[in-house]
Formats: sequence, C-alpha cells, structure tokens
Amino acid sequence: MLGFALRRFLGLLATLAATAVVVFVVLEILPGDPAAVMMGVNATPETVAAVRAEYGLDQPAALRFVHWIAGLMTGDLGNSYTYKVPISGLIAERGQVTLPLALLAVTLASSIGIPLGMLAAARANTRTDSAVMVLSQIGLAVPNFWFGILLVLTFAVTLGWFPSGGFPGWSSGLWVGLRSLLLPAVALALPQAAIIARLTRSAVLEALQEDFVRTARAKGLTWRQTMTGHVFRNAMTPVVTILGLQFSVLVAGAIVIENVFSLPGLGRLMFQSISQHDIIVVKDLVVLFAGLVVVMNFLVDLAYGWIDPRLRKG
Amino acid sequence: MRLILAATLLAGVSLGALPALSQPKDSVTLCMTLEPPILDPTQGAAQAIKEVTYGNIFEGLVALDRTGKIVPKLAESWSVSADALTYTFKLRAGVKYHDGAELTSADVKFSFDRAVAPDSKNATKKVFAPIASIETPDPLTVKITLKEVSANFLFGLSYGDASILSPGSAKDASTKPVGTGAYKYVDWSRGNRLQFTRNDGWWGPKPAIKDVIYRFISDPQAQLAAIQAGDCDALTNFGASESIEVLKKDPKLKVAVGNTEGETILAMNNAKAPFSDLRVRKAIAHAIDRKTVIDGAMNGAATPIGSHFSPNHPAYVDLTGAVPYDPAKAKALLKEAGFPNGFSTTLKLPPPSYARRSGEIVAAMLGEVGIKVSIEPIEFPQWLERVYKNKDYDLSIIAHTEPLDIEIYSRPDYYFQYKSEAFAKLNRQAETTADDAARYKIYGEAQKMLVDDQVNVFLFMLPKTTVTRANLVGMWENWPLPVTPATDLIWK
Repeated sequence: MLGFALRRFLGLLATLAATAVVVFVVLEILPGDPAAVMMGVNATPETVAAVRAEYGLDQPAALRFVHWIAGLMTGDLGNSYTYKVPISGLIAERGQVTLPLALLAVTLASSIGIPLGMLAAARANTRTDSAVMVLSQIGLAVPNFWFGILLVLTFAVTLGWFPSGGFPGWSSGLWVGLRSLLLPAVALALPQAAIIARLTRSAVLEALQEDFVRTARAKGLTWRQTMTGHVFRNAMTPVVTILGLQFSVLVAGAIVIENVFSLPGLGRLMFQSISQHDIIVVKDLVVLFAGLVVVMNFLVDLAYGWIDPRLRKG
Repeated sequence: MRLILAATLLAGVSLGALPALSQPKDSVTLCMTLEPPILDPTQGAAQAIKEVTYGNIFEGLVALDRTGKIVPKLAESWSVSADALTYTFKLRAGVKYHDGAELTSADVKFSFDRAVAPDSKNATKKVFAPIASIETPDPLTVKITLKEVSANFLFGLSYGDASILSPGSAKDASTKPVGTGAYKYVDWSRGNRLQFTRNDGWWGPKPAIKDVIYRFISDPQAQLAAIQAGDCDALTNFGASESIEVLKKDPKLKVAVGNTEGETILAMNNAKAPFSDLRVRKAIAHAIDRKTVIDGAMNGAATPIGSHFSPNHPAYVDLTGAVPYDPAKAKALLKEAGFPNGFSTTLKLPPPSYARRSGEIVAAMLGEVGIKVSIEPIEFPQWLERVYKNKDYDLSIIAHTEPLDIEIYSRPDYYFQYKSEAFAKLNRQAETTADDAARYKIYGEAQKMLVDDQVNVFLFMLPKTTVTRANLVGMWENWPLPVTPATDLIWK
C-alpha cells in the first residue's frame, strides 16, 4: 500500500510540473499586456512602461518563470496585477465559497443519484425504472447554467425564498451562507446526480448477475441483506471513479454557475482574471485546479483500495 | 451533511442571527457590472474605480454636477488671470480626511506632482501636462501657472484622476482609500461586495444614506434577477437593453435611459488599404444606417452622432445628416475606387454587447453593398494589444468614453492612424483658445473635418440605463462623468 501511494504521489508531482510549464508558455504566447489593460486607452506609453516595470513584466520570460516557480515552492503566490493584493489571500477568501459549494453539490448529487440508481436497478424494467431513467435523461440534457437561471426565477424572483445571487459571507451566519449556496449547488448537482443514477443502476445490475449473489441467496440471506452486504459494495467501485472524475467537471461547472449566481468563488476569480489579463492569478489558479484534480484522483485510487481489498496487494 | 458542516466550520464560521428587517431604511445596495480593481482613482484607468470612489470617498478641487457644469468642491472659489495662464484656488477651510489629517494646499501640490512624476500611474496624465508650476502661498491657497493657455484645464480637474489625496495615506490608497468625501471605506470582499459608510465629519450637508453597499454582478440576466428579487436597490448601468420593456412594466421599479460621453464608432484603419482611400471610407459610411444599428443593437435607446463629439457639449454640431444612408451611392463610390465587386475584410469586436451586437448589423449592411465582412470576436486584452497598440486590424467597434476626447484625432500614432496636420492644428487652436464662443466655433470646424475626411463611421452615444426601486430618488440618469454619488440619494 505504501509503495502504491508513493508511486502515485510522484506521478502527481510530475503532472503538476508539466501543468506549470504548459500554462506559463501558453500565457506567454497569448497576446495582451496586463499593464495596458490596467492603464486603458488614454495612458501615455511611459505610464504603461512604469507599470510594466513595477510588476517585473519587463524581465525575460525565463527569469519570470523561475521567480514564479520559486515563489510557488515557498508558498508565495505573488500579487494580483489587478487587485494589487497577495493572491494567497484572494484564493483563501474565494475558496470559502467554492469548496463548500463543491462539497454541497457532490453530497446532493450522490445522495440523490445513488439511491435513485439502486431503486431503478432493484425495480429494473418496471415503470419506476423507466421514470428514473427519463428523469436522469432530462438531468443530463439540461445545461446547468440554464437550470440555474430557472431556479433563480422560481425561488428568488417569484417566491423570494432564496437570494438571487451573491454571497453575504460566512460571518453573517451559517444559515445565511448556506442559503445563498443552495440554489447554485442544486444547479451544479443536477447533471451529476443524473450521471450517478445511471451508473449506479448499471453497476448494480451487473453485480446482480455475479455468482456470489446467487451463492449469497442460496446460503439463505434475504434479498435486502444481499443488496447491502454484497451487491452495493461491489457496485460502488465505478461510482467512486466517476465521483472523482466529476470533480474536474465540477470545477469547470463552478466557473459558469458562479457567474450565473454572481458568487465570489474561485471559478469567478478565474473568469475575471482571464478577462482582465491578470495572468499571474490565472497561472496560480490553473496550477491549483490541476493540483485539486490530481489530489482527487489520488484519493479515488486510495478509495479503491479501501473498497476492494484485492487492489491493495497490487 | 457532516462533511459540509466540517468544511464550513473549518472556514471559520459562527452561527449568527438574521439581520432585522424592520429598521428604517438608510442603506442602499447599488449593483454594478464591473468591479473596480483598486480604489485609488488616480492610479488606474478602469471606469469602475471612479464610479465607486469619486464623489463618495475622494473629491477634487472642482467637480461636474449632473448637468455637466463645473462646480466648486474642495476649492471654494477660484480666479483665472486675464492672460488665462494663472489659476488661483481658495480651498475650503476645516476640511479633514477620514484619518483626521487636515486638507491643505500642500496636498494639492503633492497630488498633482504625483500625477506628473515620471513613474506616475495616472491614466490621464495629459490633464496635468500644461502645468508649469504650483505655488502654495498659504495653507488654503493654491496658485497654478500654466505653460500655455489650456481651455480645458479646469474641466480636466473635475476628473477622478485629479482627486486630492494626502501624502500620509496616498501610498496605500489602492486598497485602503482615505479621502475627504462624504463616505469612508469600511470593507471590501473582492469579487463580491464593497461597503462604505457615512463620514459624519464631512464638510457638506449630511447625506440621507448611511451605508452604501456595492455589489458586482457581471451577467445581465443575473442583474435582472437581482433587481426583480429585491437584492439590489439600483442597477447603475443595466446591460441587457432587450429587457428594459419587462422592467418598465414592474411598478416597483423605475427605468431611465440617459446619456454618457461614450462616442461609439466603427473605427477604420486609415493607413491600411483599401481604407486609406477616402472613397472607400465614404462608401462604408453611406452603407450604414444608424437607425437600424440603434434599433437592432440598442433597442432604439441611443442618440445617433455624426462626428466624434457629444451632443451634451455646447459646441456640438449635428452632422448626422452629412453622410446619409445611401447604398447605391456606396456601391458607386466602391466602383470608382476600383472595387466594383466589393472586397473582403475583417471586423474585430471587443466583448461588450453594444460592440458585438452593432457589429453583426454593420457587417450585414456592408454585405449589402458588396463588402464581405468576417467578424472576429476578441477579448479586451487582445483588443488592446492587436487593435489599439499594434494597429493590426481593418475595422473595429468601440466606445470612447472619456469626455471631450476629440483630441485623440490629433495623435498621428493613434490606432485609426489618421495623420492630419490640419486637424492637429485646429485641435491645438481650440485647446488654447480661452474664449468660449470662439473655442466652440473651432470645435465645430473640427467636427466637420472628421466627417470630411471620414476618419471613422460615427454611430451613436453609448446610453446609460439606470434601474432603481420606485422610491429611491437622486440617481444620476446621465453621466457627464461616470460617477454615482451616494450623497444625492434619498428613500421616499
């Protein structure tokens, strides 16, 4: 298990290093000067040059890359060109929105998707099954930004139960904070719940065909005992894989959903930084997102070992 | 659920009570499209910086009122010498900054010296360029001597870029703004909200609004939902013109469409063939019907312009009929210029919806006279790099939002590459003519010259759509400068 974890960890570092190089090079090639964006169309060339010098943008690319990587290693993410404040502070502040949002969405998605999938599998080829499958088809087909707008129109504009967007901050109370995250989390969770329901259904159906199910039933276990004790655990491996993979979809979805709900999260920070050409923030965020995805995959790998003891020896 | 709780507790959360709802309303939530990157109006070009800070936190010697007239602010009065070269400002006595420091003439000298310094980051340095010297004979008198007559000098001092800061707090003003204004900075959760509160030591009459909260909502649909749901008390500049009619039907809301100083133009690369040929530029102008553009792109809510000049200015000359919509004439001119079958070109469009929408219509109209336009949507940083800086473009659509910015046509290296000594001379003449009537006449000639040379196609003034709760009064409906002073707001 330890060797397995170590190999995985080294792979993780290599992925991050490759991401850092790629994102730096791509942003280097992309036209656009952060200083020009900041100073606008009426600024004199000297003014723009003064800003470039202040941010070290006049230095050669190789040197800037080394500075950046050295900074990342020591935990210094640099200062945002746009906001002129440390990026670590921005990320910490925005993470307080995006991480709870992502967790809420994953929790909602799996607590809706897994039971529905099991229900459909248990009642395979009945009306309940068809209903669940139709629902999940709709869930997959509906774009989440559009679903988000619908939720706002219904629950914020018409009923007034939830705010239409924005985030008051956790300091205004746990409930106030959760209230503004609930609609976006539902919007994010819907397509995921649909995927998970479909996957759970087919995984459970597949597991039901296995010999050990017949054996379990033959030795006298009830149907319910067989489902919870044998089928469920075996069906969970592919579901956990998808939950892990969905995490990157979630990050991408957060960029869209945070804009629809004007939530000050990491996704919106990414979006703003790109449009403001605040390239240092973009670089840091890409590495952070890549890191999160890699770590998630690592955790999924570890989870396999936990779910399926056979893999631990591998 | 355990997971969420754990995560939120980690993030440092405490259970708090819901805010009381019954208190008399003395706060206002203003929702804007763009967030200011920093809060020092003298250190960046972004309009949002001035919109939130200028007139609220920071003040200048003079300001513009909502009709565009120059009014006293930190300068109680001023006089101009007979040769129009010396301006003497008398400062208001007893004005204090939010940190307790007293306003003196030395602060004015400091602020303007800071603006012209070689490493200055002031976005409109040209305002201060005519200054020869600044003297401070006593703590409440500032004497500014100019190198030459500069008719627009005082007007320039009304910009947010000419705000007065104190030497003690200017350095950190980008993140901790300290000014003399009616409101002081409280808190800023970046990407989310910014909060100001009333400065009870302000020199002016006590404003009705105590707390001002700015929220930043970039998506027009989200803005619409926020004002309908009551999460915003006002949208300072609503982006989705097609939804105006829906909002107008809501009795709880008030909608006003006003003017800004943003001349929206179809810019042409005058140095690049075939746009270097006046006949081609004229043909393009004749091919475009402003009314169709305004109806299609702006829902009919914009004032057409015939030259690069604001109808709000007294020197404005209506030239919208000078080059009328005439596709037949456009085709004839193209034939004369050697393009009987038209030609192919590209139109680079920055992200704002006015540009993207107008671009579609302009491209279709040019197509009707045989000019095949391919549209290239680009991000703003790329627009600045490729169009503005490298002049790597054929056509583009953009609004020039600075007031009285006809002078950009006197810069030969500007992105439309209009190199006219005659115009530069005329512009200089206007800028150095102190007499109003004489100057306005010269500005009239300058406007005509831009049409004669058909530098660009002048489309319309960018409108400002203000949406407010029906009982909130005092919002600026026109923007002689893009500001939203909370001092003027009252709940009825």
